[in-house]
Amino acid sequence: MTNNLVLSETDAKNGKKELVNRVSVKYLSAYFGENQVLKTVSMDIYDKKVLAIIGPSGCGKSTFIRCLNRMHEEVGGEYTGEIRLDDVDIKKYNSVVLRRKIGMVFQKPNPFPTMSVLDNVVAGLKLNGFKNKTKLKEIAESCLTKVALWDEVKDSLNKPGTSLSGGQQQRLCIARTIAVEPEVILMDEPASALDPKSTAKIEELIYELKKNYTIIIVTHNMQQATRVSDFTAFFYLGKLIENGKTKRLFTKPKEKQTEDYIAGRFG
Amino acid sequence: MKINNKQGWRKRKSNIAVFLAVLSAVLVLIPLFLILFYTVQKGISSINWDFFTQMPKPVGETGGGMANALVGSGILILIGSVMGIPVGVMSGIYLSEQNKGIMPHAIRFLVEVLNGVPSIVIGIIAYITFVIPMKSFSALSGGFALGVIMIPLITRTTEEMVRLVPSTVREASLGLGIPKWKTTLFVILPAAMKGLFTGIILSIARAAGETAPLLFTALGNRFWSTNLNEPISSITVFIYDYAKAPFDDWNRQAWAASLVLIVLVTTLNIIFRFVSRKRK
Repeated sequence: MTNNLVLSETDAKNGKKELVNRVSVKYLSAYFGENQVLKTVSMDIYDKKVLAIIGPSGCGKSTFIRCLNRMHEEVGGEYTGEIRLDDVDIKKYNSVVLRRKIGMVFQKPNPFPTMSVLDNVVAGLKLNGFKNKTKLKEIAESCLTKVALWDEVKDSLNKPGTSLSGGQQQRLCIARTIAVEPEVILMDEPASALDPKSTAKIEELIYELKKNYTIIIVTHNMQQATRVSDFTAFFYLGKLIENGKTKRLFTKPKEKQTEDYIAGRFG
Repeated sequence: MKINNKQGWRKRKSNIAVFLAVLSAVLVLIPLFLILFYTVQKGISSINWDFFTQMPKPVGETGGGMANALVGSGILILIGSVMGIPVGVMSGIYLSEQNKGIMPHAIRFLVEVLNGVPSIVIGIIAYITFVIPMKSFSALSGGFALGVIMIPLITRTTEEMVRLVPSTVREASLGLGIPKWKTTLFVILPAAMKGLFTGIILSIARAAGETAPLLFTALGNRFWSTNLNEPISSITVFIYDYAKAPFDDWNRQAWAASLVLIVLVTTLNIIFRFVSRKRK
């Protein structure tokens, strides 16, 4: 952590931004039983940047991010290779501890059905033994403010979380994720179930969040990738075909397959 | 014209089929109405305040009630619930959460088998495991038998209801760094609560109507008893004893007790309907 701090201070002096490696993936292969879903993927993911992962359905995008918080193993999958968070193998972490550092937002908004808006936001803290009620409420307010939902829900904090609209529910889920103060946030097509207006709000939010968090977002929508991300990785049939700065990847792709995909020739 | 004739025949066939279906539906209801009619007709005259508050009178005296049987049934169901609900709910959770290996499949199959075991056989098991070692019929052994009857019902409904909770909810909780056991206990289980509740009500309704397993466990008792180590009365065994007795007054009281039992079980079923409808 001190290293990062020194780096960012020097950045400020030099007026240019150095990339800090946050997560590094080496030779990652993921399996569901006999079926190999990811084939020796290696990649670095940088601090406080947005990485978009694009590719056609079934290319292993979701599996890739689900490996990062060990959710892949939760549903019976396995992986080989190495994933390091701040240079520590994630297998050394207890998966519960790891997931507090690497949060996740899912494709469909999934607030806890039995909890109120307020309880949804602080569920992660509350269920892990955080009891101070006034403090919880403060945290809920600040998280809901960060996701630009506070003004919309401040009068209905005690209503069920599922009573909100789809877009509000997804922002509620993001608030719930940042309430446990993760360092990295994984987003698995967070806007694909939402209407254009809500999608725009989520994208704005991602732009705000990257000031404090490292974000990895899976998306089907290439326009969205260009709008929100600094880096983009293109996956095809379980392989990482190409990754790099978003602008460069979309304007001057190095690989033929990337070019064909972003030109809409397949996918 | 020919076409019209054919249409007519088709219509007639359809009408006959509909008639047979309606007839069958009515036939199904006949036994139910007979039961209700007879129990009300024969039992209603003996139902009064004393019937619920008084103890059985000695042979030869008329009147009296079944206060001890009501309380006894309550105690037996309570023992059965204390035993059956935790075991049933937890095994249901296990079956819904665990899919690896042969164990869950084996357990699921065995629970099905247990559900099919005739209740009198379960009574015999309770007899040899409790009554013989304790050298006495007891409320405890009767409650044990009822608990065993309740377990498979609760296990099955719990498993189904927990499975109905979307996997996305489970993933959301795990993704927040909430440990698996807390996820199950505080996120999944509350979401399945209404379903669990209906399963428990159904199993209580079933246990309330059981007679056979109580005959040689709780035995029945003509006196007031709340001692778990002694024989205890219950509505069903009360009916059994009074129905076969050679006294008209006792026979009438058996009808009355049957009526009480039917009302009780029907009420539980109505609560079940009400709660399960509210879920939608």
